[in-house]
Amino acid sequence: MCLSVPGKVVETYHEHGVLMGKIDFGGVRKAACLEHVPDVTVGEYVLVHVGFALSRVDEDEAKRIFSFLEEFGQLEELEEPAG
Amino acid sequence: MKFLDEYRDADAAAALVRAIGRAATRPWTIMEVCGGQTHTIVRYGLDTLLPPGIELVHGPGCPVCVTPLEMIDRAHAIAAKPGVTFCSFGDMLRVPGSTGDLLRLKSEGADVRVVYSPLDAVNIAAANPGRQVVFFAIGFETTAPANAMSAWMAKKRGLTNFSLLVSHVLVPPTIAAILAAPDNRVQAFLGPGHVCAVVGCAEYEPLVEQYRVPIVVTGFEPIDLLDGVLGAIEQLEAGRAEVENRYARAVRPDGNLRSRQLLADVFEVCDRKWRGVGLIPNSGWRLRDEYRAFDAEHRFTVGDIETQESEVCISGEILRGLKKPHHCPAFGTECTPQTPLGATMVSAEGACAAYHAYGRHLEPLGIRVPARA
Amino acid sequence: MTIKGFGDCPVPRTDYDRILLGHGSGGRLTADLIGKLFLPAFGGANATALEDSATLTLGEGGGRIAFTTDSFVVRPVFFPGGDIGRLAVCGTVNDLAVAGATPRFLAAAFILEEGLPLADLRKIAASMRAACDEAGVELVTGDTKVVDRGKGDQVFVTTTGVGVFPPGRSLSIRNARPGDRILVSGTIGDHGVAILSVREGIEFETVLESDVAPLAGLADTMLTACPSIRCMRDPTRGGLAGVLNELAVASKVGVRVTESKLPVRAEVRAACEMLGLDPVYVANEGKLVAVVPADDAERLLATVRKHPLGRNAALIGTVTDGRAGFVTMESLVGGERVVPVLAGEQMPRIC
Repeated sequence: MCLSVPGKVVETYHEHGVLMGKIDFGGVRKAACLEHVPDVTVGEYVLVHVGFALSRVDEDEAKRIFSFLEEFGQLEELEEPAG
Repeated sequence: MKFLDEYRDADAAAALVRAIGRAATRPWTIMEVCGGQTHTIVRYGLDTLLPPGIELVHGPGCPVCVTPLEMIDRAHAIAAKPGVTFCSFGDMLRVPGSTGDLLRLKSEGADVRVVYSPLDAVNIAAANPGRQVVFFAIGFETTAPANAMSAWMAKKRGLTNFSLLVSHVLVPPTIAAILAAPDNRVQAFLGPGHVCAVVGCAEYEPLVEQYRVPIVVTGFEPIDLLDGVLGAIEQLEAGRAEVENRYARAVRPDGNLRSRQLLADVFEVCDRKWRGVGLIPNSGWRLRDEYRAFDAEHRFTVGDIETQESEVCISGEILRGLKKPHHCPAFGTECTPQTPLGATMVSAEGACAAYHAYGRHLEPLGIRVPARA
Repeated sequence: MTIKGFGDCPVPRTDYDRILLGHGSGGRLTADLIGKLFLPAFGGANATALEDSATLTLGEGGGRIAFTTDSFVVRPVFFPGGDIGRLAVCGTVNDLAVAGATPRFLAAAFILEEGLPLADLRKIAASMRAACDEAGVELVTGDTKVVDRGKGDQVFVTTTGVGVFPPGRSLSIRNARPGDRILVSGTIGDHGVAILSVREGIEFETVLESDVAPLAGLADTMLTACPSIRCMRDPTRGGLAGVLNELAVASKVGVRVTESKLPVRAEVRAACEMLGLDPVYVANEGKLVAVVPADDAERLLATVRKHPLGRNAALIGTVTDGRAGFVTMESLVGGERVVPVLAGEQMPRIC
């Protein structure tokens, strides 16, 4: 369910009194409704589902899994020293 | 693409698979609720990477699949009316009702259009005042804000020629129904990240407490799903059962407050039949009375609808995680994406359709290749 | 419960009493239509080979020619990077070129809808002429019919082409051998996504261009540099996956591709993400797939990359002695999956 794709907000504007934005998805632009992410600023990423931004993507939280994997890698190296 | 590519990294995936291998000391059965997650698992062959004994079973989270046959037939009856422009998401067009699908109605002259967003349907209504524009508002909590917004905008713009045929379904009552079944074998859930981005995680707490089952909210990329599996196994091995948010880059604990407010204004909870499963109490949303003018069920009268489902199809058992698509005698033979017999073959996100698209109907021939060494 | 194998059971139902859109998708329904309706009606020794072009020998001691035909229906008629005219020329030229023939002559038949602006038709004709010049073919005969308004979709074009085989050249989809490498001449999915990106209800604000181009020059360069090429195909409808499956079935071999090796333009990939499509099933109109013995693969790749239409070429997989008739893919994260033929039309997967 619910194909949602992260895209970067490149412009915001109002249409019929509703907050909209132009979103860049890896080089392809499409408009989306930003009414439910009102604090979003240009340059931030939002998760878009059927032309509607569900939430902002939190850059710090996005890194969590990779910090975990780094620690896990160090743990593995300690346990199985190379050579 | 940022926030996609890094979550498809082969080295990160391999490390997570090793972490899962360390964490798991015995077999576990984990259900991903969401059809989009099923799609990712099958497309990337994630289950072929997992240690033996860790079984992923696929849940009922494909909104296209579970839309009840009566509702499909109702949609077809409305779409066939003169003066109606019927708008729908692309994957709804091929879903068979009792007599054919929307594509066939289109070939017979009905004005059926694929739209990317329900908000586009509102614009079509505004641009075509002489036509009644109906949007087929299906989906889980994720799609509901966009659908609610379309009703809200139509009201605000004073459109009298726009309506929604609503068939919304909700995840938590469905998980409860699966857990309450005496033959349930699911030990942990991967929670639907995009649903939780809208409504938050709180609704899952009572389930965790009542059934002592871990629910790990996760995303839709390979790394997200492997990370979710790891989280579920860590809880299971430790004897814990908690709601854990591992998709915090998109999910806030309270969800999206603006969306929740709009949903409360536009929709109210109702009982809903699920195709392949049956009636689940309080498992759907319908338009509130304040939005009755935008309810296609009220705007259009259609005759009695009698439906007939296949007797062979086991989609109900598949949706509840009891069986897998290739356990069905009709899978890949009588039942294919062109000739679907039941719920789970009708949409690309249905477990049967996903298995079929990625060649799993061929597995009994022994062609499934083991994971990379 | 016993799991019944796919091969033990009756094949998927094909007893439709009407044509579905899927019958034109180049997938399994199309194959059914050919196998169960057309071949029984028309099949002779020359037709049953089911190559993109028929190879015909003219008289005793005569030369061999390639002969093919194709109809073109596309909406919109003018799309970013091309139009139905360019498509109609390139489609037929490419079928001849990947057969190993030098395309020479074309015929074109037009079915026009009443009301079509003459200016549009003029533009289409000019575009066809330009594509013919690029491909080195001559359009030598044609036909025009007009249907009532509403009975056609602006313009349909059918092109038929004849090419000549240089002596000693023989390519066939049946020729692949285990160990051979598979080359694709550039990025995949460009044409199909370009068409979708301007379709009503889906429009992007970014223009994505079709790759429609005549491949006669590229194919000739490849075959001259590397006569050991086993076969070539242009992955149009049904996409790359369709061609690889045809190859696996016709040559009775396995095919294994590596997802990370597939060349896909960033914008095309992004568009596919947004619409829930898989680029391996999206149509191409200016790309070819070649099967080549492993020893010659790197040399062929270098040759192709020097050609303007082959700069993004890549070796994407191998022919294996694995299960015959099946295409498998190592996914980006190392998992395995089968890549079957597309059942019907690939629909944007939105929800």
